[in-house]
Amino acid sequence: MKDDSLKFVIVGHIDHGKSTLIGRLLYDTDSLPPDKLEEVQQICESLGKDMEFGYLMDYLEEERDQGITIDTAQIFFNTDKRNYVIIDAPGHVEFLRNMISGSSLAEAAILIVDAEEGVKEQTKRHAYILSLLGLDQVIAVINKMDLVDYDQQRFEKVKKDLVNFLSEIDISPSYVIPISAKEGDFVARRTNLMSWYDGPTVLEALDTFETREPAIDNPMRFVVQDVYKFDKRIVVGRVESGTVRPGDEIRALPSGETTKVKSIEEFLKENVAEAGAGKSTGIITEDKLFVDRGNVIVHPNGHMPAVTDTIRANVFWMDKKPFKKGMGILFRCATQEVTCEVDRINKVIDSSTLGLIGEDVDEIREREVADVIIKTQKPVVVETFSKMQELGRFVLGTDDTRAAGIIMELGK
Amino acid sequence: MDHLDRLESQSVYIIREAYKQFKDIAVLWSIGKDSTTLVHLCRKSFYGKVPFPALHIDTNYKFREIYDFRDEWSKNWNLKLIVGKNEEALAAGIGPNSGDKLTCCGRLKTEALKQTIDKHKFKALLLGIRRDEHGIRAKERVFSPRDKSFQWDYKNQPAELWDQFKNKQEGEGHIRVHPLLHWTERDIWEYVRRESLPVVELYFAKNGKRYRSIGCETCCNPVYSDADTIDKVVEELRTTKISERSGRAQDKERAYMMQKLRALGYM
Repeated sequence: MKDDSLKFVIVGHIDHGKSTLIGRLLYDTDSLPPDKLEEVQQICESLGKDMEFGYLMDYLEEERDQGITIDTAQIFFNTDKRNYVIIDAPGHVEFLRNMISGSSLAEAAILIVDAEEGVKEQTKRHAYILSLLGLDQVIAVINKMDLVDYDQQRFEKVKKDLVNFLSEIDISPSYVIPISAKEGDFVARRTNLMSWYDGPTVLEALDTFETREPAIDNPMRFVVQDVYKFDKRIVVGRVESGTVRPGDEIRALPSGETTKVKSIEEFLKENVAEAGAGKSTGIITEDKLFVDRGNVIVHPNGHMPAVTDTIRANVFWMDKKPFKKGMGILFRCATQEVTCEVDRINKVIDSSTLGLIGEDVDEIREREVADVIIKTQKPVVVETFSKMQELGRFVLGTDDTRAAGIIMELGK
Repeated sequence: MDHLDRLESQSVYIIREAYKQFKDIAVLWSIGKDSTTLVHLCRKSFYGKVPFPALHIDTNYKFREIYDFRDEWSKNWNLKLIVGKNEEALAAGIGPNSGDKLTCCGRLKTEALKQTIDKHKFKALLLGIRRDEHGIRAKERVFSPRDKSFQWDYKNQPAELWDQFKNKQEGEGHIRVHPLLHWTERDIWEYVRRESLPVVELYFAKNGKRYRSIGCETCCNPVYSDADTIDKVVEELRTTKISERSGRAQDKERAYMMQKLRALGYM
C-alpha cells in the first residue's frame, strides 16, 4: 500500500447525499469503530428504523457540534491501494468559508448531484470553487439512482447538463458515475442494477488519482519567511519549487541582488546536499544579502517570475461585508504582504449561475466573483496561476482572509 | 521527500509563521507524545534554540513518570519551562474525587491555563492537537482565535487557505496555533521512531497493558496491549479500530444523548 494518503473533499448541493456517501464509504470499507456503529444501530432499532448512513453522519455531526464526545468523525478509510482522508466540507451556503478552507487542502474532489433534482445552485458554486482552487482530479457522481429506477436516460440527461456546465469553468471530470449511496450501488461494489454502466466504482475511480507532488522539476523558488540571527545568519523559508544546493548562484527578488549559497542549514545535520520542493529549510549565503520576509530567492538564469505592481486577477469574495472600490486591503501571496487597491472591477459574476452582474462596477458582494485590476503599493513577485500556483494565488484581507484570488495576467 | 518529511516541513513552516507573527508565544507541553513531537519540531525550526517558553499545565495529579520526563528533557533541551498551576483551586481541595470530572478538568486545566496566559500575556499558543484524534477537531483551523473566555466560534470562522493564516488578534483573546493538525496518531509514532525521540515509558506495554493517551493518573486507563517497543506500537496502530482516547474518563460523559437525539428530530 502507498505511504501517502490522498485527501479529498465531497461537495455538492445540500441534501444531494454527501453525508450518506461518507457513511457508505466508511461502512463499506469497514472503517467505523465497532462501538460507534453498534450504538447507532441500537438507536435505529429502538426507533424501528433501518440503519441509515445519513443518520449516522448527522449523529456524528451533532456530537462534533456539541463538542461533547469524541473519537469517531475521523473521516479516514483505506482501500487495498492507499489511505484516504475525507476533508470536512459542509454543504450549506452559510458554511462557504469552511467549505473553501477544507477544499483548499484537497488533492481530489467528488462532486455529488441528485439524479432527481439535477444540477442546482450549490452544485455550480462548489464546482466553481474547485476550479478556482485548481483542483483537476474530479469525480462527478450522480446519486440516488435508486429513486429514478436506475434509469440510464435520466443519468445521461443529468450527466449532460453537468458536463456542459463544468466545461464552462474548465473542469473536465475524470469520471461520471451513477450511484446509490443509500443502497451501496457503485460506491465500493458493482451491483447488477445498472448493467448499462461499464465504468469504475467510486473507490476504483479514487484509486486512479495521484497525490499532489511538490513541483521539483520547475524553476527554483525559495520563499523567505524570516531571517534568524542565532550564531549564524540563516535565511529561513520554504522551497516552493525546484531544488537549491550549496554553491548555487542565487538572486533575491524584488531587489535583484545576487550571491551564492554557502550552505543549507538543518538542525543537527552537517553538509546538507540539497533542499527540494516542499522543504522548509534555511540558507546561509556567501555575501550578506539584504533579504527579508516576503522576498523570493531564485536562480538568476532561466525563467524569472514577474516583479510588478499591477496584476489582473479573478477574486472570490467571501466576507459578509462587501468590498468597495477605493478600500485599502492587504494583498498576501506566499509570505509577501502589501497594501493594495483594486483599481478597476472589470466585471462581477454570480458564482452559482455564472451570470453577469455588472461591468465596471464599484463593489463586490459575498459569493461574487470579480475580474479585477489590482495595484500593489510596492512591487510583488508573482506568476500567473496557470504557470505556478504557489506564486499565482493570493488572499485579500485585513486581520482575516476575506477573499481568495488567482492571477490571470501580469503587469496590466 | 517522503511522507514524514512532508509533514515535518509543513509543521516547521507553521511554527515559523507563528513566531514571525507573534513574539509573545509559548508551546503548550503536556509531556505526551504529541506535544513532545511539537517541542522537537520547535527545536528543529529554531536550530535548537527555541526562542519562547514551553508551558506545562500541572494539575498535581499527573503520573510520576510525566514529572520525571519533564524535568529531565526540559534540561537536556535547554527549554525555558513555565509550570502553570491553579494554586487557589488546589488549596480549595479541587480534585478528581471532589466532584464531577468536568469541574476538576475545568478548574485544574482550563482555568490554570487562563491564569498562566494572563500572567505572561501570551498572544498565541502552539498546541499539538491533531484532526484525527477527536471529532470536534475536524473543523479546526491551523490558526484558531479564542476569546477571553476561551470560546471558539467554529461556525463563524474566517477562511484559511493556501497557508495564509490569521495574522493578528485584537483585544484580549489569543490565537491557538496547531502545527500538527494534519498528522495522525500513527504518523506521530512513526516520526518518534525515525527521530529517536524520547517518550514517557507509560506508552509501552507492561503486564499486558499500555497507555495510548496520558494525562492525569486518576483519569487515564490503560488499554490491553503487548506493544512494549515502538515497532510494536506502530504495528498495533496499523490494525486497531479502538479509538485513541477510549481510556480517557472525561470523554465518556454522555448525559445529553437523549436531548441531542430530540434536537435532531429523531425522537
